[in-house]
Amino acid sequence: MREFELVIIGGGPAGMAAAIAAKKQGIDDLVIFERGDRLGGILNQCIHNGFGLHTFKEELTGPEYAERYAQQVYDLGIPYELGTMVLDITPDKQITVVSRQRGAETVRARAVILAMGCRERPRGALGIAGFRPQGVYTAGTAQKLVNCEGVVPGKEVVILGSGDIGLIMARRMTLEGAKVRAVVELMPYSSGLKRNIVQCLDDYGIPLMLSHTVIDIKGKEKLEGVWVAAVDEHNAPIEGTEEYFPCDTLLLSCGLIPENELSRSAGIELSPLTSGPSVDESLETTVEGVFACGNVLHVHDLVDFVSEESVRAGENAAEYIKGKPSSPGTPVAVKPGNGVRYTVPSRLYPESVTDCVHIRFRVTAPVKGAAIVVSCGGKELARKRGRIFVPSEMIEVILKKEQLAGLSGDIEVRTEEAAK
Amino acid sequence: MFDVLIIGAGASGCAVARELSRFRLSLCVLDRESDVCEGTTKANSAIVHAGFDALPGSLKAKLNVRGSRMMPELAKKLDFAFKNNGAFVLCFDKEQIPGLEELAQRGRLNGVEGVRVISGDEARQMEPALTDEVAAALYAPTSGIVCPFEMTLAFAENAYANGAEFRLSTCVTGIDKSDAGYVVHTDKGDIEAKVVINAAGVYADRLHAMVSSKPMNITPRRGEYMLLDKDAGGLVKHTIFQQPTKMGKGILVSPTVHGNLLLGPTAEDIEDKENTATTRSGLAEVRAKAQLSVKGIPFNKVITGFTGLRAVGDTHDFIIGECEDAKGFIDVAGIESPGLTSAPAIGEYVRDIVAGIMTLEEKPDFVDTRKGVIHFASLTREQQNELIKREPAYGSVVCRCETVTEGEILDAINRPLGATTLDGVKRRTRAGMGRCQAGFCSPKTIAMIAEKLGIGLLDVKKNGTYNKESEAADNA
Repeated sequence: MREFELVIIGGGPAGMAAAIAAKKQGIDDLVIFERGDRLGGILNQCIHNGFGLHTFKEELTGPEYAERYAQQVYDLGIPYELGTMVLDITPDKQITVVSRQRGAETVRARAVILAMGCRERPRGALGIAGFRPQGVYTAGTAQKLVNCEGVVPGKEVVILGSGDIGLIMARRMTLEGAKVRAVVELMPYSSGLKRNIVQCLDDYGIPLMLSHTVIDIKGKEKLEGVWVAAVDEHNAPIEGTEEYFPCDTLLLSCGLIPENELSRSAGIELSPLTSGPSVDESLETTVEGVFACGNVLHVHDLVDFVSEESVRAGENAAEYIKGKPSSPGTPVAVKPGNGVRYTVPSRLYPESVTDCVHIRFRVTAPVKGAAIVVSCGGKELARKRGRIFVPSEMIEVILKKEQLAGLSGDIEVRTEEAAK
Repeated sequence: MFDVLIIGAGASGCAVARELSRFRLSLCVLDRESDVCEGTTKANSAIVHAGFDALPGSLKAKLNVRGSRMMPELAKKLDFAFKNNGAFVLCFDKEQIPGLEELAQRGRLNGVEGVRVISGDEARQMEPALTDEVAAALYAPTSGIVCPFEMTLAFAENAYANGAEFRLSTCVTGIDKSDAGYVVHTDKGDIEAKVVINAAGVYADRLHAMVSSKPMNITPRRGEYMLLDKDAGGLVKHTIFQQPTKMGKGILVSPTVHGNLLLGPTAEDIEDKENTATTRSGLAEVRAKAQLSVKGIPFNKVITGFTGLRAVGDTHDFIIGECEDAKGFIDVAGIESPGLTSAPAIGEYVRDIVAGIMTLEEKPDFVDTRKGVIHFASLTREQQNELIKREPAYGSVVCRCETVTEGEILDAINRPLGATTLDGVKRRTRAGMGRCQAGFCSPKTIAMIAEKLGIGLLDVKKNGTYNKESEAADNA
C-alpha cells in the first residue's frame, strides 16, 4: 500500500495552493489526486478575465490564473496524478482511488486536504414544472460546452438565477451570437457580483428580472420556451404576471453545492449552513488530520480568496504532520447571529492560534448602512463598517490572538443597524 | 415478411419478443422512438407488486402473481437489478382497517404468500420512519423493486441475441389486411407480417382501430414523481403504499433498487398522449401526500421530478387477446399497473395465443441468459483491477455521482441495441442519473456518442428520435 504524509484531493485552485504551501513548509511526501486530465479544475473553462486582482494585482483569465499555480507545482516538483478519481476515504485516512494507469488502489495518508470543489444545483432540485426537453443546462455545463468543446448549445436563451456563472454565460452566449432574452432571479436581489451585473448584463442590454421565476418548461423533445412569472414575498408565483419567452436554451445558475460525498464517507461532520465540513480555525475538520479549503468548504465569490484560504490549510496540515497537537484545550463556538448566514470556522481553539484568526461569512440579505459586529459574551471583539453588505460577497473579519484571551461563551458574528 | 411483428418496445413488447425468440420464427420489434423503454416503461414506480390489489379472477391478478414469482430467477438470468424488499399498505384511520383486511383476503385468493394486517405500532417497529398517524398496515413480504430500464433492455437484448430484429425510430402510419396477414405502413416503408402484436402503450387504441371496429379506448393517466438523492434512500426499506382508491394505488414512498428514494405518483386522467410534463400542483400533491406516510422526508434532496403516463383501458383489466374481427392481430393493451410486474407473464400468455395461430417450434440454440453492462462500482477490487488491465477505459470515471466509468459508457454505446442518446446511456449505465443530473458528465458522454455515430456534438439528442429531421428530409 502506498503511503503519503499528505494527500490533497483535487487539483483545482484550492488543491494547488494547499499543496504548494505544504511543500514550502517542508512536506515532500505528498501527492495531488486530480480527476480531470489537467491541473486547474473548473478554472480551465473560465476563459473570461477578472481573476487574480487581489493575488497578482492584475486581471487574468481562469486558465492563466490556474497556470500561475500549476507552474509552481511543476517547479517545486510536487507529484500529481491526473485522471485519478478518489472513490472513498475512511475515518482512518485510507483513500481509495482509481485511474487508468494504476487501476484501483487504497493509499494511506497521515494528513488529507479536501479540495474537491462544488457542483451546480440541477433543475430537478429546483422543482420547476414542465417537460424535460433537450436545451436545459446548468450554466457551468453550457460554459464547458462553449469554452472547451467549441459548441454553442442554442440561439435564444433564458437564464434562471443570477449567480456569477449565469451572468458570465449571459455575456458569453451573447458574444457567440445568441440572443439572451432575460436573466430571471427569484430573489429581490442578485446572487452575483455587482461587477458581473454591470459588465455582463448592463453592457449588453440584457434585462435582469428580479423577484421572478420560471414556472413552466415547454417542448417535449426540444425546448420551445419558458413561462416566467413574478413572485410574492413567499416566492409564490403571482397570477396574472405570467409571460412566455420562446427560447431553445434555458441555463440554470441557481446555486452551488459543496461536493462532500467523500467527506461524508470519512465520517466528517458537515455544517447544515454551508453544506461543507465544519472546521476550526486551522481549517481542520472533525476528523483529526483532515483539512478542507476552497469551495468544498464554503462557496467563495473570488478565486483569490480560495487560494489564500488554501495556503492556510496547506500550512496547517504541514504543522500537523510535523507534530503540532491537533485541537488543544476547549473550543469556542463561532456562530452566525442576526443577518449572517454562516461562519467559517464554526469553532476555534484560542490556544492554538499563532497570530490571528480569519472568520469568513456571508450575510443573508443585502443590508445598507449597517455594521458587522463580532462579539463574545457581550464583549465586542471587532466591528466592520461598510456602505452595503450583500450576500453575493464573502466577508472576512480577522481577530488577533490577543483578542481571544480569556473568552467565555460563543463568538457571534452579526449585522447591526447603524444608530439612527 | 415476418412471422410476428411486435409494435412497441416497452416492457410488454420486449417481454413478448424475448419469449417468442425461443422459437423458430422470424420476429421484428418496431418502435417510433430511437431506443427501447421510451414510453410508460421509463416513468413508473418500478415496483414488483405482490398481487393483492387486483380483483381475483382478473387477468391482472393472474399475470401479476405469475410475473412476481418469475422475477427473481429472471433477474439473475438476464442480469438486471431486482430486490425483494417487502411492502406496506397504510391506513390512517381505524375505520379503514376492514379495507385492509379485504385487500389481504384478495391477496390470499390471488395466491399471494404471507400477506397480513398488522398494527400501526408493529409497522413502525419494522419501519421506524412511518408517521404516528399510521393506524394499521397490510404487510406484503413478497413485494419487490426492479430497475425497469434494465429489465426491458435485458428482454430486448436477449431477444436480439436470439434473432429478433429491432426497427427503432420507425413510426406506424397505418395497417392493412393482406393475404398472408398484415401490411404495416411506417414512415420507413411497409413491413409485412403474419401476426401483429399491438403493444403500443397509450397508443394501443389507435393501432387497434386501424384493424378492428370493436371499440377500444386507452386513457393516459398522468403520474408525477419526485426522485431523491441516494443520501435519502435509506429512509425506508420497504415500499410504502397508501390504501388504494379507484384512481390507483395512491402516493407511494419507496427505495429504488439503486438506492434512491422515489415519491409518487399522482393520478390524473388526461387526453394528450404526449403530455409528460410535471406540474406545480402535481409535485405539491406528491410532497403533501408522501408526508402522510413517512416522516422526515428530506425534500432538499430532490434531484429530479418526472411524469409517466399509464395506459388505462376501459375494462379495468389488461386487454390481451386476438381481435375478434382481425385474426392474427393481438392486442396487449391497457397495461397499467401492475404491468411492469406482469411483463414476463404477459410474454408467456401472448406466446400461448400465438401458439394457437401458428406452430411454435423451440430453437435448440436458444440462449436464455444475458449479461448487462458491467457496473464498475459494484465489483470487487480484484475484479476492478482485472477489468482495468484488460480495458483501461474502466479506470477513467466519467460520472462522478454514480461512479460510472468510460468503459461502461463505451459498452452501452457499442453493444447490440446500443445507446444513441444521452438518456439511452443513462438508462444503461446510470451516468447522469445522480445528484448533479449530468451537469459534469454530459459533455464527455455527448462527445462519446457523437464519435460513435459520426455526428456533431449538437446533433446528439437527450432522448427521442435520433436524426428524425434529417431522415425525414432524406425520405422527402
